[in-house]
Amino acid sequence: MTSPVDDSDKEKMRSVSVDLNHDASLLIDIPDALCERDKVKFTVHTKTTLSSFQKPEFSVPRQHEDFIWLHDTLVETEDYAGLIIPPAPPKPDFESPREKMHKLGEGEATMTKEEYTKMKQELEAEYLAVFKKTVQVHEVFLQRVSSHPNLSKDRNFQIFLEYDQDLTVRRKNAKEMFGGFFKNMVKSADEVLISGIKEVDDFFEQEKTFLLDYYSKIKDATAKAEKMTRAHKNIADDYIHVSATLNSLSADDSTANKKHLEKLSDLFEKLRKVEGRVASDQELKLTELLRYYMRDIQAAKDLLYRRARALADYENSNKALDKARLKSKDIPQAEEHQQHCLQKFDKLSESGKKELTSFKGRRVIAFRKNLIEMAELEIKHAKNNVTLLQGCIDQLKSY
Amino acid sequence: MADTARDPPPQPADINELKDGENLHPKPAATQESEPASLPALDISSNSNGPKQDSLFKDDPEDLFAEATEEVSLDSPERDVLLSDGPSPAITPITPPISVITPRIGHAHDDMYTHSSFDEIEEEEGGDSIDMHIAVSDPEKVGDGMNAYMAYKVTTKTSLSLFQTGEFSVKRRFSDFLGLHSKLASKYLHVGYIVPPAPEKSIVGMTKVKVGKEDQSSNDFVEKRRSALERYLMRTVKHPILLKDPDVLLFLESSELPRAVSTQALSSAGLLRMVNKAADAVNKMTIKMNESDAWFEEKQQHFENLDVQLRKLHMSVESLVCHRKELSVNTAQFAKSAAMLGNSEDHTALSRALSQLAEVEEKIDQLHQDQANADFHLFSELLGDYVRLITAVKGVFDHRMKTWQKWQDTQMLLLKKREAEAKLQHTNKPDKLQQAKDEIKELEVKVQQGERDFEQISKTIRKEVSRFEKERVKDFKAIIIKYLESLVQTQQQLIKYWEAFLPEAKAIS
Repeated sequence: MTSPVDDSDKEKMRSVSVDLNHDASLLIDIPDALCERDKVKFTVHTKTTLSSFQKPEFSVPRQHEDFIWLHDTLVETEDYAGLIIPPAPPKPDFESPREKMHKLGEGEATMTKEEYTKMKQELEAEYLAVFKKTVQVHEVFLQRVSSHPNLSKDRNFQIFLEYDQDLTVRRKNAKEMFGGFFKNMVKSADEVLISGIKEVDDFFEQEKTFLLDYYSKIKDATAKAEKMTRAHKNIADDYIHVSATLNSLSADDSTANKKHLEKLSDLFEKLRKVEGRVASDQELKLTELLRYYMRDIQAAKDLLYRRARALADYENSNKALDKARLKSKDIPQAEEHQQHCLQKFDKLSESGKKELTSFKGRRVIAFRKNLIEMAELEIKHAKNNVTLLQGCIDQLKSY
Repeated sequence: MADTARDPPPQPADINELKDGENLHPKPAATQESEPASLPALDISSNSNGPKQDSLFKDDPEDLFAEATEEVSLDSPERDVLLSDGPSPAITPITPPISVITPRIGHAHDDMYTHSSFDEIEEEEGGDSIDMHIAVSDPEKVGDGMNAYMAYKVTTKTSLSLFQTGEFSVKRRFSDFLGLHSKLASKYLHVGYIVPPAPEKSIVGMTKVKVGKEDQSSNDFVEKRRSALERYLMRTVKHPILLKDPDVLLFLESSELPRAVSTQALSSAGLLRMVNKAADAVNKMTIKMNESDAWFEEKQQHFENLDVQLRKLHMSVESLVCHRKELSVNTAQFAKSAAMLGNSEDHTALSRALSQLAEVEEKIDQLHQDQANADFHLFSELLGDYVRLITAVKGVFDHRMKTWQKWQDTQMLLLKKREAEAKLQHTNKPDKLQQAKDEIKELEVKVQQGERDFEQISKTIRKEVSRFEKERVKDFKAIIIKYLESLVQTQQQLIKYWEAFLPEAKAIS
């Protein structure tokens, strides 16, 4: 299915990251995407005034794997070691609605045609929601990169935006160049290294403690929020069944009850729509928020790791220098190496501090925006429910 | 069949009766929703199955006393009980309420099943609001171990002159309720009255209570049962006939009640009941009744459909209850998680906001829990009650079939005896012939009785179904409105909580 994602939708969806895409010199968005079986094809659209690009406006088709390639090259670039690399967008996951659709197909015989149609509609809406979410998350990734003063100038980023041929070939080459080796190393050792290193700087000490703890808490909160959303969706589904059965009852009924049942069936149909919106809004404003920042914090932790490694390198170089001095051999190289490590470490610390501070600011702003919006939506939906319910009660009382 | 209610003309009290009789006819037409063929003496004869017995009916509705042969008082409840299914525990004699009713209506002697009294009662009660309220409360555990039981206080508030005082209470245990139902069922089901079913036994639930587990689930069980018992009693007394039953009055008023032993699940009486139920099921399958009354066919179909749909709805609502409970649990877990996150957060304002969020979610989880309870106690239990009630209704239709079968069987027997007698005519056995003639006479009476029974039960069922449907509509409407109001309350609370949270979120800087 194709989905032209219009601006108002995007504004609603682009909730987790703020202050993006305001710099007119480089504007990126994903105006539409195609879903073929399991593969999603994004159309990445760029508008720029920078002379480094060949054209002022252009679009390219990209796959999820291309985004991952871009992310990995950024991570593996030495120069960006002191930066928080925006987290890679997660793979599009249609597993949940697909499984539900399958179950629905199996249970088709047990429900009325109406019920089945409604359930199918619900599932299609869910599909669409997953689709919109994945588009949003990929878009935000690109916008984060483009709004970062350093990263936006990255050569690979430019290639990603501009290269009008299939990136697959380039991707394969890049993989061969860097290998998966580095990535594996990063994944397995970071926690231990970060906590094990002796910290000299108070700021980083605090950040380290904070980020490690916060990460586990936010991961837990994300999981629990997901469960809440799922329960809401289940209730919406139940309302569908209740509404459908009330409808059947009303059809068979020839007493005064008929009108009551019709009204009631109608009410539950409306209620389930509201409940569905409650579920999806909660998901977007709360669960997605938490999920996004969970990944962002992982990226921040990665930064800490790189800095910790640099510190370890520096300490090793000190030891090597001492050894060289003892042996009176290769002292200039050792000194040079030691200087080099120190510089690297200082650079990382400096940029790291900046990044982490701005990260906190970003996080606070995003939370504020989303919590406000969620509260406002909850109130709106509850008020809507009250109106629907009260209306039905008044009608029932009058019959 | 109005004429069965009448005493033979010579009695002076007749004039009243005649008047009653005249008034009788328009009323059933008003209360029946079906075709005007519900005018008793006239049309039941055309609707009834089997051969018409001309001597019993006259087309003239005024001539109610044409049939002066039997009175329905022969059709005593005791006799019917003996013929009906299931052993019945000691039945208290019916005479007391007659003395209660007769002064009002002015009959010399009467009995429970006279339709004039039925209609009079309906008129008196106004059909709609019974001035009677029963509360079941204060469950308390009596005794210890496996012999322990819960005693409930049954409080009746009423202004009906049927009772000695306006407010009184007694202590009853669950088996007392079952005993009451069992008595009522054996007295009234087979003549076509829809007796509300008693709440179901639960061996698991009760064992937990007996064993003394003072936890939430046994509290929930006791509350569920208490509420079910209350609804059961209210439904029973809403029925104008059952209300006057001496067993009901005894149940509500007397401080000591003989223990209903035969209601125990594993008693011999219980086993006998199960056997009879099985036998009934088999019989039902073999009875092929020529239904010439479209009303009954239509109604049976209607109740079948209703049964299927209500069960489906009940299942959906049970699923709703389950999911809402799940939502409550998940919300509580999220609240805890959010609180931990708030503690971990180092930005002060955000930390406070997250803690506030945690508090809001905690309150909301309680809200969901309460709503799940309302979902259950109002909506789900209503549906469960009606699923069981419909089963009782279907049972009453089955009894009508059995009554028809009995009548048919008696007729068959009569036919055979007549054939036998015809044969005996040609033999020289005078005493055998006489015996045959006597038997035939007896059977003729039985056949007439059988037909009357069948008509009686058909008429009763029509009335009962009409009353039941009216009750059902009222019941549903009242409870659904209550349920919707509970939903409204929940939503309004949600608004309050989120509106309180909003400034907290805005205060993050």
